[in-house]
Order: sequence, then structure tokens, then C-alpha cells
Amino acid sequence: MSTDVVDMITVIVDGFEISVPKGTLVIRAAEKLGIQIPRFCDHPLLDPVGACRQCLVDIEINGRAFPKPQASCTIPVEPGMIVKTQLTSPVAEKAQKGVMELLLINHPLDCPVCDKGGECPLQNQAMSTGRTESRFEGTKRTFEKPINISSQVLLDRERCVLCARCTRFSDQIAGDPFITLNERGALQQVGIYEKQPFESYFSGNVVQICPVGALTGASYRFHARPFDLVSTPSACEHCAAGCSMRTDVRRGKTLRRLAGDDTDVNEEWNCDKGRWAFKYVTAADRITQPMVRDASGELQVASWPEALAAAAAGLQDKRAAVLVGGRVTLEDAYGYSKFARVALGTNDIDFRSRITSDEERDFLASTVVDSAPSYRDIDRADSILLVGFEPEEESPIVFLRINRQVRKRSLKVTTIGTKLSIGAEKLKANFVCVAPGTEAQAVAAQELTDKSIILVGERASESAGTLSAVVALAQKSGAKLAWIPRRAGERGALNAGAIGNLLPGGRPVTDAAARVDVAAAWGVDSLPAAVGRSSSEIFAAVNTGTLDALVIGGIDPVDADKSHEAISAIKKAFVVSLEIRESAVTKLADVVLPVAAITEKSGTFVNWEGRGRNFEAAVVESLNRSDVRILTMISEKLGRSIALPTVSSAAKEFASLGKWDGAVSAFVPVAPANAPTLGATDALLTSWRRLLDAGSLQDGEENLAGTARQTVIVISPSRAQSIGVVTGDAVRVSNSHGAIVLPVLVEAGAIHDDAVWMPRNSRGSHILATLAVANGAVVTVVKD
Amino acid sequence: MTALTPVLSAHWDEEDSFTMAGYKRHGGYKAAAKALKMEPDAVIQLVKDSGLRGRGGAGFPTGMKWGFIPQGDNKDHYLVVNADESEPGTCKDMPLLLANPHVLVEGIIIASYAIRAKYAFIYIRGEVAHVARRLQQAIEDAYAAGYLGKNVFKSGQDLELVLHVGAGAYICGEETALLDSLEGYRGQPRLRPPFPAIAGLYARPTVVNNVESISSVPAIIANGPEWFSAMGTEKSKGMTLYSLSGHVANPGQFEAPLGITLREILELAGGVREGHQLKFWTPGGSSTPIFTADQLDTPLDYEGVAAAGSMLGTKALQIFDETTCVVRAVLRWTEFYKHESCGKCTPCREGTWWLVQILRDLENGKGTAADLDKLLDLCENILGRSFCALGDGATSSISSSIKHFRDEYIAHVTNAGCPFDSHASTLFASAKAGA
Repeated sequence: MSTDVVDMITVIVDGFEISVPKGTLVIRAAEKLGIQIPRFCDHPLLDPVGACRQCLVDIEINGRAFPKPQASCTIPVEPGMIVKTQLTSPVAEKAQKGVMELLLINHPLDCPVCDKGGECPLQNQAMSTGRTESRFEGTKRTFEKPINISSQVLLDRERCVLCARCTRFSDQIAGDPFITLNERGALQQVGIYEKQPFESYFSGNVVQICPVGALTGASYRFHARPFDLVSTPSACEHCAAGCSMRTDVRRGKTLRRLAGDDTDVNEEWNCDKGRWAFKYVTAADRITQPMVRDASGELQVASWPEALAAAAAGLQDKRAAVLVGGRVTLEDAYGYSKFARVALGTNDIDFRSRITSDEERDFLASTVVDSAPSYRDIDRADSILLVGFEPEEESPIVFLRINRQVRKRSLKVTTIGTKLSIGAEKLKANFVCVAPGTEAQAVAAQELTDKSIILVGERASESAGTLSAVVALAQKSGAKLAWIPRRAGERGALNAGAIGNLLPGGRPVTDAAARVDVAAAWGVDSLPAAVGRSSSEIFAAVNTGTLDALVIGGIDPVDADKSHEAISAIKKAFVVSLEIRESAVTKLADVVLPVAAITEKSGTFVNWEGRGRNFEAAVVESLNRSDVRILTMISEKLGRSIALPTVSSAAKEFASLGKWDGAVSAFVPVAPANAPTLGATDALLTSWRRLLDAGSLQDGEENLAGTARQTVIVISPSRAQSIGVVTGDAVRVSNSHGAIVLPVLVEAGAIHDDAVWMPRNSRGSHILATLAVANGAVVTVVKD
Repeated sequence: MTALTPVLSAHWDEEDSFTMAGYKRHGGYKAAAKALKMEPDAVIQLVKDSGLRGRGGAGFPTGMKWGFIPQGDNKDHYLVVNADESEPGTCKDMPLLLANPHVLVEGIIIASYAIRAKYAFIYIRGEVAHVARRLQQAIEDAYAAGYLGKNVFKSGQDLELVLHVGAGAYICGEETALLDSLEGYRGQPRLRPPFPAIAGLYARPTVVNNVESISSVPAIIANGPEWFSAMGTEKSKGMTLYSLSGHVANPGQFEAPLGITLREILELAGGVREGHQLKFWTPGGSSTPIFTADQLDTPLDYEGVAAAGSMLGTKALQIFDETTCVVRAVLRWTEFYKHESCGKCTPCREGTWWLVQILRDLENGKGTAADLDKLLDLCENILGRSFCALGDGATSSISSSIKHFRDEYIAHVTNAGCPFDSHASTLFASAKAGA
């Protein structure tokens, strides 16, 4: 794919010749030969610093030797270079041993009680490069230990080797320079500004790249020894970025999750939510046994045969629809998709358990399902346009990728949004400030080239005409277009056809040939031909009596467009709920069937690129089964089996279907809605979900919640003046459904005068539940 | 016998030497006016021809440094003067600035013109408030006289000069740490390359020169490169300030041609304090290996001192007589380096921490003979392994003193303590109280 010409340079390391691209550091050229030079401060994704001096080697260039050993992590290869590492140079070997001895004199050597013990680069390299006995007989430097640098990261200063990996990561990668090195000499230490702790969404990465046990995560500290853990490669279930992960389990319990290495996707990083939000899996309200509602209306624990029979009885010959959460795997989504068509005979299925539009549905079918944008496109873009998308909050690894290009080559970023975010400021983005509902006009005014990329978020569906404008802009300019949903399962569910207008593989349900394709593969005579209802239409149909039953897999009715209508529909219909924990749905469901959580099952998430992220079960002891297995059992009871008894059988069948190669349905543009008229205290509500908020997958992790951003209402200075408030005052935002009172933040140039912003689902600001609207609706804003 | 050659220090004894009037009385600011009528490249060439080498310690040819600045690059260039004189024993820049601040201002005008810099900075150590005040006054006077600011000397050139007061860190005398500090960061040395000539202050081409180097320029412009290169030795041209301190009758600054010997300077200074003999001395401050009486006739120029196994450094001649315990002196210096290590790299940060503890034990009679080998081995693991020269400097006095005075170290072990009367080495002890 890449046609970039790379100059190669040949050098000799310890007598072996190796050709590496120009600019390669000596330490990495040696690695290519399998020669490991010990190191601490060196990290391939951080700028070289040359601080620890552990990687000293002898170098000569064209016969001229450096007078003293050089740090191999700071010197790029040059033609004619001869490198002698510790393996062939006694000088380099002594230099390395000398540095190692010095690194250990002030180190507490408390490996037996240190979390890093067993997986510690200092421990390992002290074994390879250190002395068996220390010559140091003096007094070690001591510090009070540990200190919290945030609610989730602890610092043991006396273990620190001052490699500056953590401070460089925070500055160079995350763009959150909240930690720095303070003081000097042997008293130098990592520190924070007392009024501004280490509240970065990416802080967990510093724990992972710390080469000693100086930085530890509060939730893992003293919980396990690395050699007691069983590690499984996994994928992150939190957002659509698609991070590769590692899940570490001891005796059936997940103790920690780490970022996996994947240079094409998350490099070596992940966000704190991906790293630390996994306790929901072991929450007290976890459902482990099937339940059936009895005659008195109480849920009673039932056997599997009983529960499956009850589910089948309730669905048999009923007008039923399927609601799939955005968090299912590709295989499970495929199971739901097939279940709706084969077992229930309907196209009434929607994975979008959120605010949606038909414009979005058509956009997904015409533009997204067959697309394959990539992180590499961000690396190469001449400019990036963000529409209805806050990368730092909604897809943090996309943020890191953009941030790297901003830092490296001042990549131009433009964001069309209703409020200037912290993330957009860090990306030095050109902020096109719009009133909620007027995004489309701002999109149309953008000038892009065929080297640009448009990243559009799922919130674009909340403003009519925005996606139409985005499609038009992409067509006019030739720019790439990528849709980045917030939830990990949405793109996979789209591919699997868990939506009313598509069958698996992007086949339009309205296309007879497509239906024949799938019907043949599934061994059924025919498939329903009408476009199915969307999630909000499904709830409405139940409420008006045109649907009787719902199969619901992992959604929260509060996320829906009109949550009160969703809840009344769930009350009214016969509901089979496939869930991992007690929820608003299980409280009302007729049959509740437990399913496996992420760590207990295998599967695939499809990230925003359309890239599959396969993972295996980390907790193999679990008896919980993936949704697709349960659906198969129900379908068998119904007498119309979907025959997908395992995750792998679902994956195999989906793969064998392949992609649709026929005509794609055309996108029909939608016009923007007319702006509502506003009274003096009226404002247009706008909001997004923050990365760290009241989301149920973050339950049980208080340390993580401690670093969430402050919940505030944001208004412009002119509105603040008109209602007579200043930053910090309490402001009341209300409509006919309810009211929320929060401190106000008055920000100049950050929000349209007509708008009021608040987080969508943070502590004290559950606006969908309280106000039943999220974006573009008229609310009243007054001083409380 | 080499004679003194007072140029920079020629009028220090005049009551108003530090004022504009005092400076102009002896032809001050004429060199700047002359230089501004030359082509900038001709100024650089003239300084190259003079053979002037950096007076801050490393001795890099000043004109060559100026020539490294890329021209026609459409970038701002900066001149930064290093006035962070902090080396123990070094006291030449501060007296110079106290008595003759205008010579530096004039040198800055010339140097900035040569490298096409419109902004110049003086980074002065924070502890010397009285010197900073005089320098600030000199800068203000130069602005008032039209020598700084817009259209200096009506030449059409602009030059802004900023005096920046440091916060007192030895490491900020290292040029890249100085630049970090000047930019508002913690002073820690930067990775090189890029060198300051390519990406220095605010990542722009920058010349960093010592006070004395820049101050030498006006006289070179005024009198010509031949006048300057007539002084000194073959590769070390011109006059320079030697600062003499310690156990001498008349300590102070001696401006002499490079290549003068300590024997000659001591003679001019009235010799070692009465009743005592020279025991050891530093040629260039505490970070240069020490010498003994054997090196009294070593020419004090860059090559001569290097050939004898040390460095000319800042020409800080610290004199110690036979009352001085070498272990104690070395311990004091090492404590300084431990205190001043910036902490960036392992060998310097951890090494100085350890060295101090071993030396303290030795001085207090708790050491062993094996400690000497340990010290030497540690010095070997620090020297040339550190990020910058601070770590190297910390080892110089230790290894050189063990080389010259191993027996005295051993005496501390066998004597279970220091065999010296520490009072005897004080300057207030009577001449006869010594050995």
C-alpha cells in the first residue's frame, strides 16, 4: 500500500551487518539483530531523552571512534557506523554495569512487596547487568510513600529511576502535562501542581510504561503477583476505537487490563476507561441465573428449560421486534440479526439504542457499511474536519492519533460543534461555533481537499441535515469520510445487519437478489422485504398496539430518544431480556436470560475502521454463554432454529456470507430543520457524553470516577449577563419533564449565545433521564 | 617574566569606571560604532582572525561559533550571554561586570550585529544582586544613549537587550540548561544535536557566549586582530582574566596574556600566604583536576594545561597551602556537585550522592583503604558516562587528589580521622599557627 521510498542505512552491530531505515536509532538497529541493550528512559513512541544512561555503547563512524560511550537511544544510525554493545565492548559493558549499580543505590530493593516484581524492567536488567552484591554501604534517599498523584495513580518516589517516561508521555502523547519532574539531584521527583492533580484520561498508560514500581494503579496495588496471573489478549468493549488489550485473570477474577500493542490501531496506549472500568463484570447485581416473571409479577429464578420455554411461548406467533445494544460483538449481532429474520420473521431490529434518525439509517447503508477508513488516513490527512464528534471524550485513541499529527506536523483540525471542548483546544482546532441544529450549514461552508478526512460522530444524527451536508461535502471535495460511533459494537452490528434496512454484509433488505442470497445461505424460503422499524418506531409501535413482544439485548431505555415512551413500551410488551446485570429492562422483563460479559466470552468487535478485533475468553471458568448461543436455544424452542450454537459457528457463517457486491441504496439528502424561536430565558440544549461519566460500565470503580471532569452547565457571557450569573453560581435548566441545577461555567468564545451545554450522563447531570431530550431541544435556563 | 596586560580591567580602579562617562572617557562605544559600519561577515572574520577563544571554559573559537549561525534563513537569531558564573573558585565575570559593565554591553552590540540578532539576553546568576543592578543601570544608560533599542548608533539596526536573573543553579551555566531556564523551564541540559547554533533559544539559531568572551570583542575591533593575537601563545591568543584565590597574600583578578605561569602570577600576587608553602591548586576551578607545585611552570593556556593533565577552564586559580586537608577540600567540592546535580542523568545524580558519603566517611575516619579504589572506580563510572560535563567535573578533584595525595587519604584511615587542624587552614588563623 505504502509507496514511500525509505533510505536504508547499513551499520555493523557487534560484527553483524544490518540495514535499517534512515533515522533509526542505534538501540533499535541492535534490536533488529536480536541484541538487547538494557534501557529505562528509551521508549519507541517517545522522543529520546538520554537520561538514564543505561544503554551506553561504543560507536565509531568511518574509523573515527567517539572518545566515550554513547547513549544508543539518542543516536541515529549513520553510514559507516560500527557499534559495539556490551557483548563485544568491555568499555560499554563496564559503563552499563556502572550505571546499573548507581541506579540501585537509592532504590529500596523492596521487590518482594512491589507490584512490579516479576515483570519489572529494573529487576530483569539488574539480573542481566547488575552486580550480585551492592558496594553501597551508605544511606539511601527515602520519601514518604506512596503519594496519590490522582485518585487512581499512586507514586512511590523512592522506587523511581527518573527516566521521565511518564512525564514525556503526558506531555508528548496525551497532551496533558499535569506531571513534571521537580526538585533536583537525587531529590528530583515526579510531581504534580497541588491545585491540578494528574487528571488525564490517559493516566493509566504511565503506570504501564513505568519501568519500575514507582507508579501503580490504586485498584491493582497489592492485589496480585504478575506470575499468578493468566494473561489473555483481548479487545476493549468501551468505544469504537478498537484498542488491543490484555486481560489478566487470577482464579476466575479479572484483576487488571492493560493496553495491548498494535501499531496500526492503539500503538501501545489506551484510555483510563478501557484500562480500569471492568468491575461491572463482577458487580453484585450480576445476573447468573435465568428468571421468569410469575403470576404475581415477581421475577423468580428458573431453570434454563423453563425460562427458554417461557420465552418461546411469549414470542410464538407474536408480532415481535429486536433491540440490540451497541455493545454486542459482531457474532452476537449476527445472531440477533438472523434471529429477527428467521425466528421472528421481521426486519424490525435496530442496534441504535440511542437518538437516531432515518437520515442516519440511510447514511449507514449507503455510505458507511462498505467503507474502510483507517488510522493511517489520519496520519496522512492534510486536514481533519470533526463533525458532531469529540474524539477525546468519544473515541480517545482517535484523539491520540490526531494529537500526534498535530504535534508532529501541525495538522490542521477543524471542529464543527456546539461547544469548544478541552480536547479540541488541545488539538489547537479551529472551532466553528454553531447553534444546535445549524451544523449542516457550517459543514456546507467548509473547504476540503481529496487528502482531507471528515470524522463524523453518532451525534450528527441528532441534527437533521448534518449527515446530508457531510455526504455532499465529501462528494464535492473528494475527502475521505469516516463515521465513528461511540459504542464498540455499533459498526459490527451494522455489518451484521442488525438494523431494519440491511441484511448481513450490507445487503439492502429491499433488494430481492440480496434477500435470495441470504435466504439460501440460511436455508429458509424467503425473508421479510419491508424496511424494518427503527428503535424509536419500535417503541412507538408497542405503545400503539402494533407490536406485542420485544427481544432486548443489553440496552438502557434511558438512552432512547423519548425515554418515557421506551419505558412504557417495555412495560406493555412481552419482553425477553438478555442481560449481564439488573437494569431498567430486567426490572420490567417477562423473561430474563443471563449472558456472558466481555471477559467471559470470545468474539469480535468491529472498530470504526471496519477492522475486526478478535478476542478469546479471559475467564474460562465462567458458565455464562454469549448471546448468540442463547438466541439459538430460544429459536430452537420456537421451531425456527438459527443454528448458531457457538460464537465460532456464527463467525464462520457470517464470513461465508461475504460482502454485498450489488447496488448500494442511494442516499437521499434531508434538509435541516427550521430553528425554533427562543424566549428570553430559552436556550437550545446541547450535550455529549464524557469519557468518564455515570455510564453503567464504569460502575464499581471509584478511583476512576475520581478523575472525571467537573459537572457544569456552560453558557456564553451574554447569556450569563442576561440571567445575572457568574461562573460558580447555581443555574437551573428545565423543561416540562424536569429540572437540573448545577454550577455554571461562563466561557467566552466557547459556546453559541443560543445554546446551553451540560454533560449528557454525568453525576448530577442525567439529562436524558431528567429532561428526556439531549440536543437541539428548547429548555429554560435561569439563575437558581 | 610575563607582564600583566590590563585591557578589560584597565580602569577598574577609577571611581566611576562602571558609569557611561567613565567608560566613554577611555574610548568606550567607539568600537561598536566602528563595527556597525562594517559588513557583519567582516566582523565575524575579524574576530576569527584575532584567535579569540571562549573564556567560559571550553575554549571554543568565538568567531567560528558566530559563523555557525545560518544566514538568510528568515529566522530570528539570538545572542545569549552566559553570566551565570557559578564554578567554585571562579570570580572574573562578576568583578568585571561590577567594575566595567559597559564593555559587555558594547560587546553585545557588536556580536549581535555580526550574527544578525535583534534580541540579546544576559543570563546572570540571581545571587549577585549588586552586579545585576549595575548591569541593569548600564543597559538603561545605553538605551538612553541610543546604543540599544531602535536604530542603534543611527545605523538602521535594532537591538533589544534583556537582563534575565537566574534562580541560582550551577547547571544553568551549562549553555543548553541556561536556554531552558531562560525559556522559563527547569534548567536541565538538552539533548544535542540540535546544537544552539541551529535550534537554541525558542528553537532559533542562538549564540551562547561567556561574559569575558563578548567583553573582549570591543578591544579587538578597536585595536585590530593583530594587536590581540600578538598576545598569548600559538593557539591561545590574547589576554585573559585569571582569578586567584585562597592562601595567597594578595588574591584577586590578574589580566595577563594566556600562557603565563602560576609561578609568575603568584609572584605578582605576593606569593602564598606568609610562612606557608603551596600544596595544591586548581588551574580552572573545582571541576578541573588539581595540580601541585610540580606544575608551577605549566603555561596557563588551553594546550599547556591540557598537556599537564588538567583543563584551563575558567582560569580560577585556587591556592591551597600545606595546612589544607585535601580530603576535606575534595569533600566540600563534592558536596557542591551533589547539591547542584540537576538530577537528569543517573551517573551524576546517584554518583555524587554516593561519592559524598564515601568521602565523608573517609574524612571522619570511618573509611577504609578499599574505599579509595571504590572511589576511583565510581569516578570512572561517572566520568564520560553522564549527560553533561557536570558529572565529569564532579570526579576531577577526586581522581586527581587520590593520584597526588593517596598517602594523605590513607592517613585518614590509619589515623581514624583527619590528621589536620582545620583551624590552621582558615584565613583568619595566624601565619604561625600552621604546620
